[in-house]
Amino acid sequence: MTTTVSRPAVAVRAAPAGPRRRRALTGLLYAAPTAFMVGAFFVVPLGLVAWMSLHRWPLLGVPSLNAPANYTGSTGDTLLTDAAWFTARYTVIITVLLFTTALGMALLVQRKRPGTGLFRTAFFLPAAVGFASASLLFLGLLSAEIGPFGGVVSVSGSATTALGAAILLVLWRFAGFNMLILLTGLQAIPTEVYEAAKLDGAGRWQTFTHITLPLLRATIALVLTLIVTGSLLAFDQFWILTRGGPDNSTTSLVMVIYRKAFIELDLGSAAAVSVVLLIVLVAVSLVQLAVLRDRSAP
Amino acid sequence: MKILHPVTGGALAVLFLFPLLWSGYASLRTPDGFGLENYARLFTDDSGIRGYHVLNSLTVAALTVGGTLLVATLGGYAFGRFEFPGRDALFLVTLAILMVPYATILIALYVLLGWIGLQDSLLGLSLVLIMFQLPFAIFMMRNSFAAVPRELEESAQVDGASSLGVLLRVMLPAVRPGLVTVALFAFLSSWSEFFAPLILLNSTDRFTMTLAVVNMRTATFGAIDYAALEAGVTLMAVPCLLLFMVLQRSYVRGFMSGALRG
Repeated sequence: MTTTVSRPAVAVRAAPAGPRRRRALTGLLYAAPTAFMVGAFFVVPLGLVAWMSLHRWPLLGVPSLNAPANYTGSTGDTLLTDAAWFTARYTVIITVLLFTTALGMALLVQRKRPGTGLFRTAFFLPAAVGFASASLLFLGLLSAEIGPFGGVVSVSGSATTALGAAILLVLWRFAGFNMLILLTGLQAIPTEVYEAAKLDGAGRWQTFTHITLPLLRATIALVLTLIVTGSLLAFDQFWILTRGGPDNSTTSLVMVIYRKAFIELDLGSAAAVSVVLLIVLVAVSLVQLAVLRDRSAP
Repeated sequence: MKILHPVTGGALAVLFLFPLLWSGYASLRTPDGFGLENYARLFTDDSGIRGYHVLNSLTVAALTVGGTLLVATLGGYAFGRFEFPGRDALFLVTLAILMVPYATILIALYVLLGWIGLQDSLLGLSLVLIMFQLPFAIFMMRNSFAAVPRELEESAQVDGASSLGVLLRVMLPAVRPGLVTVALFAFLSSWSEFFAPLILLNSTDRFTMTLAVVNMRTATFGAIDYAALEAGVTLMAVPCLLLFMVLQRSYVRGFMSGALRG
């Protein structure tokens, strides 16, 4: 999520040097658990994953330096390249479908009308359920054995139906979540702006393209970033629902990381894939931040 | 357009509610009517789950909620009310956790927990889950503390209370809505988390409920017991749905304060 770091109202006035220093020490003390947690479980692992990617690092046994074999050795790995292409394709499809669905739903429940509150809750409710639980739910729902649809969208039928099943699941689980974010952005647009547009004789479509979309730009950037990064990291839906099949056709990048680490027992290669993925994800976030900062452009 | 709203909205609402209702229905459906047979099979089949899996999930959720509340309360108090060297840097690094999705550092966390003897342990898993929660929790608590009127704090200080006394007696009651939101988010995500337990836990008797139920699907090569699976889904989903309905207001408010500062 995006935030700007604004200084909070801090209780520091022109206090004498002694008490001010004591107050700084107290603040440090209270911040210490945060510093420890962030240092030990975020900063250190971040460095460690980069360090591991430069080594032959078996699950059991002593690591040895082998850079850059973990990076170059994977280029001929068809499972990895297929997974990269699949993840990219999946990301494009989900981004288009999920974003348009969520925006449509947000526009539908934007204004308070009878039933709106009920609709919002109904749309959002799937997001309260864990994603792994939702994946298992759809496994039964779409099955020929007990599902009401008789296995029309089979998770193991063909590459297309397996992908279709995962898309249905993701739309159901995440549309309401993204709708809520878009809704907060929509509600931040002052009603006077719409009234002024109406006075100027703007039609519904013109208002949407010339007022709503430009003013919603920051929120749209946030939602797109969340969808793109979430899709690039896809795991649960394929691990649980399609098992990566049929014939590895729905094997995602994070599934390859898991497989390299815990099935091929090669943590070094898994770390190398992680590092590349991490760089791509940080780049996506930086693009989003740039869009947010650049307020002059429409 | 006037008629479009209730018709489209209603149809979509049915579409979104249907899978949840169906799961509950399928979990209770038996060959001769309705009953709890699927739930019984969920807990007794060889590949099924056991009572301790539920207990493991509750333990992880309790440790994560408790730990997150403790660290985020102290940290939020520090960030929102004190001036100290390195404050802004530490705050930025904490928020940076959001930019580095955890799936990419879990391999390193697995190795790291091995070094400190916490591999394959519920405590190790909980520590990692607390770290995932920190960016949102710290952000939320920092804003909550910063919004408390200064006079409240000062009058307690005049009475001679220590900073810890001020925190416990004056500040905590004032930031209760923030605490509820942080606890709710921490519970929902730790109770349902799948990828982190999958990587960090090895022994089946330490599996969380989510992991154990997924294992019924992935470890069986024969026919999947779909009805027992839906019983598991219902058991996992009901606490989340109930909590969300009860605390919907604070969830949405926390969401708005966290999501949109762009």
